[in-house]
Amino acid sequence: MKPSPFEYHAPRSIDAAVAVLAEVGHDGKVLAGGQSLIPILNMRLASPAHLVDINRVSGLDTVEVTAEHVRIGALVRHAQLEHHDGAYAAQPLLRQALLNVAHPVIRNRGTTVGSIAHADPSGEMPSVLVLTAGVVEATSVRGTREIPAAEFFLGPLESCLAEDEVATAVRFGRFSPGTGTAFQEIARRHGDYALAGMAAVVTVRDGVITEAGASFVSLTATPDILDLSAALAGATPEDADYAAAAALVRDHVDPDADIHASAEYRRMLAGAIAERLLPVAARRGIRQRSEQEATA
Amino acid sequence: MTTKLFGAPITRREDPRLVSGNGKYLDDLGAGALAAAFVRSPYAHARIVDIDVSGALDVEGVVAIYTHEDLDGAVADRLPLLIPHPALTAPMVAYPLAPTHVKHVGEPVVMVVAADRYVAEDACGRIRVDYEQLPPVVGVEAARAATHLVHEEAPGNVAAHLVQEVGDARAAVAAAPHRLELDLFIDRSASMPMEGKGVLAQWNADDQMMRIYSSTQTATGVRASVAAKLGLPLAKVECIAPDIGGGFGAKIMHPWAEEVLVPWAARRLNRDVKWVEDRREHFISSTHERSQVQHVEVGFDDDGRVLGLDVTFWHDNGAYTPYGIIVPIITSTQLLGPYKPGAYRVEFFSLYTTTVIVTPYRGAGRPQGVYAMERTMDAIADYLGKDRADVRSANFILPEEMPYDHGLLFQDGRPYKYDSGDFPGSLAKLKALVGWDEWADYRAAAEAEGRRVGLGIGCYVEGTGVGPYEGGHVQVETSGRVNVATGLTTQGQGHQTAFAQIVADELGVPIDDVYVTTGDTRKMAYAVGTFASRAAVVSGNAVALAARAVRAKALRLAANALEVDEADLEIVDGIVRVVGSPESAIPLGTLSVLSNPLRYAFDEAAKAATQFAGAADFSKPPVADDEEPGLEGRDFFSPTQSTFANGMHAAIVETDPVTAEITILRYCVIHDCGNLINPMIVEGQVHGGVGQGVGGALYERMVYDDAGQLLNASFMDFLMPYASEVPHVETDHLMTPSPLNPLGVKGAGEAGCIPVTAVIASAIEDAEGFPIRSMPISPVELWELRRRHAAGELPSLRRHTAATS
Ligand SMILES: Cc1cc2nc3c(=O)[nH]c(=O)nc-3n(C[C@H](O)[C@H](O)[C@H](O)COP(=O)(O)OP(=O)(O)OC[C@H]3O[C@@H](n4cnc5c(N)ncnc54)[C@H](O)[C@@H]3O)c2cc1C
Repeated sequence: MKPSPFEYHAPRSIDAAVAVLAEVGHDGKVLAGGQSLIPILNMRLASPAHLVDINRVSGLDTVEVTAEHVRIGALVRHAQLEHHDGAYAAQPLLRQALLNVAHPVIRNRGTTVGSIAHADPSGEMPSVLVLTAGVVEATSVRGTREIPAAEFFLGPLESCLAEDEVATAVRFGRFSPGTGTAFQEIARRHGDYALAGMAAVVTVRDGVITEAGASFVSLTATPDILDLSAALAGATPEDADYAAAAALVRDHVDPDADIHASAEYRRMLAGAIAERLLPVAARRGIRQRSEQEATA
Repeated sequence: MTTKLFGAPITRREDPRLVSGNGKYLDDLGAGALAAAFVRSPYAHARIVDIDVSGALDVEGVVAIYTHEDLDGAVADRLPLLIPHPALTAPMVAYPLAPTHVKHVGEPVVMVVAADRYVAEDACGRIRVDYEQLPPVVGVEAARAATHLVHEEAPGNVAAHLVQEVGDARAAVAAAPHRLELDLFIDRSASMPMEGKGVLAQWNADDQMMRIYSSTQTATGVRASVAAKLGLPLAKVECIAPDIGGGFGAKIMHPWAEEVLVPWAARRLNRDVKWVEDRREHFISSTHERSQVQHVEVGFDDDGRVLGLDVTFWHDNGAYTPYGIIVPIITSTQLLGPYKPGAYRVEFFSLYTTTVIVTPYRGAGRPQGVYAMERTMDAIADYLGKDRADVRSANFILPEEMPYDHGLLFQDGRPYKYDSGDFPGSLAKLKALVGWDEWADYRAAAEAEGRRVGLGIGCYVEGTGVGPYEGGHVQVETSGRVNVATGLTTQGQGHQTAFAQIVADELGVPIDDVYVTTGDTRKMAYAVGTFASRAAVVSGNAVALAARAVRAKALRLAANALEVDEADLEIVDGIVRVVGSPESAIPLGTLSVLSNPLRYAFDEAAKAATQFAGAADFSKPPVADDEEPGLEGRDFFSPTQSTFANGMHAAIVETDPVTAEITILRYCVIHDCGNLINPMIVEGQVHGGVGQGVGGALYERMVYDDAGQLLNASFMDFLMPYASEVPHVETDHLMTPSPLNPLGVKGAGEAGCIPVTAVIASAIEDAEGFPIRSMPISPVELWELRRRHAAGELPSLRRHTAATS
């Protein structure tokens, strides 16, 4: 389990990084935290001739919280974002989901942007990016562009990033006041990739649910948003028909079978998680609004 | 003796070194050695049509590429059949490199030696092997069907067939008031040492001498087998087991193909050569265990007493049988546990499949046997509507019946005879620990909260400390340092501590003066190995006997020097002194000086031993006729038979009514391994064993597809439990000393994992109310069983039917 030979590049600026990528084209790969890429190289599932290690590029390791979003650079480790209180206050889903990404040692190295670039349908953060209507910022020698999350993921392990592009940052959106969030997944072992997982968001106004939605982990080929407002809007968090919402979830998801679980079982889990999670998000919505009002 | 160390829970002396990164594992050795890597079969069953290495020859750094054609002498022959048995009628063993056929994915075909492992793997990637695929045979059912054969030489895919019978079991079953039949399955898992196998060979051309470092559980075994394969005199081969990052049985198998090929290449190239197994190699070309299909027929009376037990099982032994049929023999005997059926018949078929070989993995056939027996006990209890513990009690061998001879032959070919044990005593402790009698209340309280819980139980007896022997050598240096050597290896058992405790007590020296060496054929050339929970029993007693010999010599020398009677002497803190007048004393180090008369004075101590140092009796030689120089002693312990430890476990599990997730809430262990040398080490062994057992019960399995590809050959998909999945283990001990050895000890190494699968099955069955007949079990499987049960395809337990109707 040793990788094939490759040339190692350690650029110190983003310009230098994209210059190498432009030159080597198809033969190049960005190396961030290495928590997904290194095993792939060691098992020789991929043999890129050039590795462009972005860890020495300066300016990519910051978390910025603004009124609209939480923006993180490409070198922000999962752990850094997880422990960032400002980011948590602005978008609680980040910490709620990150606690389910692998184990602390892996979160210490793995980057959140890397996990989005990796586009694994079993990854937590792509789902969060989609549900928060986030944006990926990408740079290449051709310039810089912003890609809305809804367009970013093309398929399992496939994003619309070009070979010569580096994702320099992502922006997670924030929700309006009165919105509660919750994240849950079921895995075989603590910290494993989920058999099924879900991020939920419920907005409550004047004691009544106005909007609800969810995105999924290991349940859809690419992360997407399921609007659950039809099932829940108009009801109070106490009286809402969560079973109806769970039914919508079961209909929506399209899990694959693998050696750990059948597709049917995962579909059942999706419904079970929805039924448990949506009320939690709704209750948090009420609390969130009353906290907002208290501080206003 | 002042403070007694035997029995004291002292912390492991080896741990500071090991946990601070100062261990020397196989891969830490041999800087600068060439690296070996292997091209392994990608197919489960194939004929090798052609091997083309030309693409790899010009890879820079490649030193040599070998196929079977290149091998010479005995290295070109098949590997040895280590443990023949009359019932093993069609033994098959692999070649170091496959000549014409491969029989499982992972079988080595080409060996590459290169400047480093990266280059070696690059070269492997460029070697083209053409195969003609042959039909795979995967799983017990395919092996039994024998539509395709793994080996032409093994008709019906049967490697071995063995029947043992005591009494007329079938007649007893037929005549019994009640009868049950059970069909059971248990799947594969494997030992997963932190460091896999590995071997470093250093050929010294000047001395014509081979030194082998191997991550092995038997240094003497590797030494002898490599000497034989390479045609070297034993005196020209030495083998050292360095720090070993776990063995769990995989490394008692020997010689592995790599253990022969690496030294062979080192001699041929006159260079140091090293191979370290990677994780994928460990999955696909090492060894697995546990897969069996079992059929039980049992006849019993109204009390649940077993009158006749008739068991047939089909054991998947993988592609080859180098380690013989030890595993199914152990299953077939240890199945009986603490019970005494009126009559017993056991028949097994050991079957070839085109999968990784099966050799002992911690527990070694016992988890399967205990699973069969304990599932049967639960089924009897349910059938009769009796308490599960009461049914077990009704079948116990009682303390006054010890020693108890089952009338069968054990894995060592010797009588299967229990030496001691107090099974009713163990059960009473277990029931108290887990709260057996309060269970109905516990369940009711949980049910009131909408939770589903179950209580499970499992009992086992473990034959430990098999022979033939181990040796101990104890030597006191002039400094007072005590060197202890025993030949078996250490892979985490705490031998540096436990053996030192024994020697320190026997000799009367501080434990800090005692240095233990294991697994080094230079220090102790006679040894067997570390397996079968045997080290404490066999080597523990051997070092005790050796220490006693040294003590006797020390007292003899001291009595002479102090001109007192030996009987008046004691040894305290390394000083021999006259009881009652401690000023009349002589340190062991000084006695070591006196024991070795010298001509030359190298240091102050040696000066005292030179010929002009003191008055001598010129009528006697400097070393007496019946003495040897040096304050040292050597002895061996060879037990007449195994000594039988036992244990009883109980677990409380919770199953999620919706998602079928399974959580262990409590895990309780009563353990009896005779006298405890170090209770802390024993508990550690039990905890680790339970963790491994939980893996086998709920998480781990080898997922082969029909083509014989192992689909989960990495830690991504082979679910070894993390600390987060292993429950807190509550333990209590019973100490029933073994009458078979001077220390009264029994083995403890494998204990923890043996009944876990049975216990968890029992608990889940209790929670769910329908029978569990296949293990391990995952949430999705439990969920499927629930659906089948709801559809009426799976009967309810009678208890459950009665409770809900
Ligand atoms: C044992 C284990 C368990 C894990 N469990 C989980 C889990 O439960 N959930 C989960 O989501 N993840 C899990 N991971 C993966 C982990 O989260 C990774 O850190 C993450 O998926 C990738 O981030 P990275 O920084 O390590 O990226 P790398 O491994 O360095 O790269 C991954 C891929 O993304 C590309 N890439 C990375 N950064 C960029 C960039 N800025 N621009 C363009 N391309 C880029 C690389 O070229 C590569 O193709 C686990 C990993 C391990 C080892």
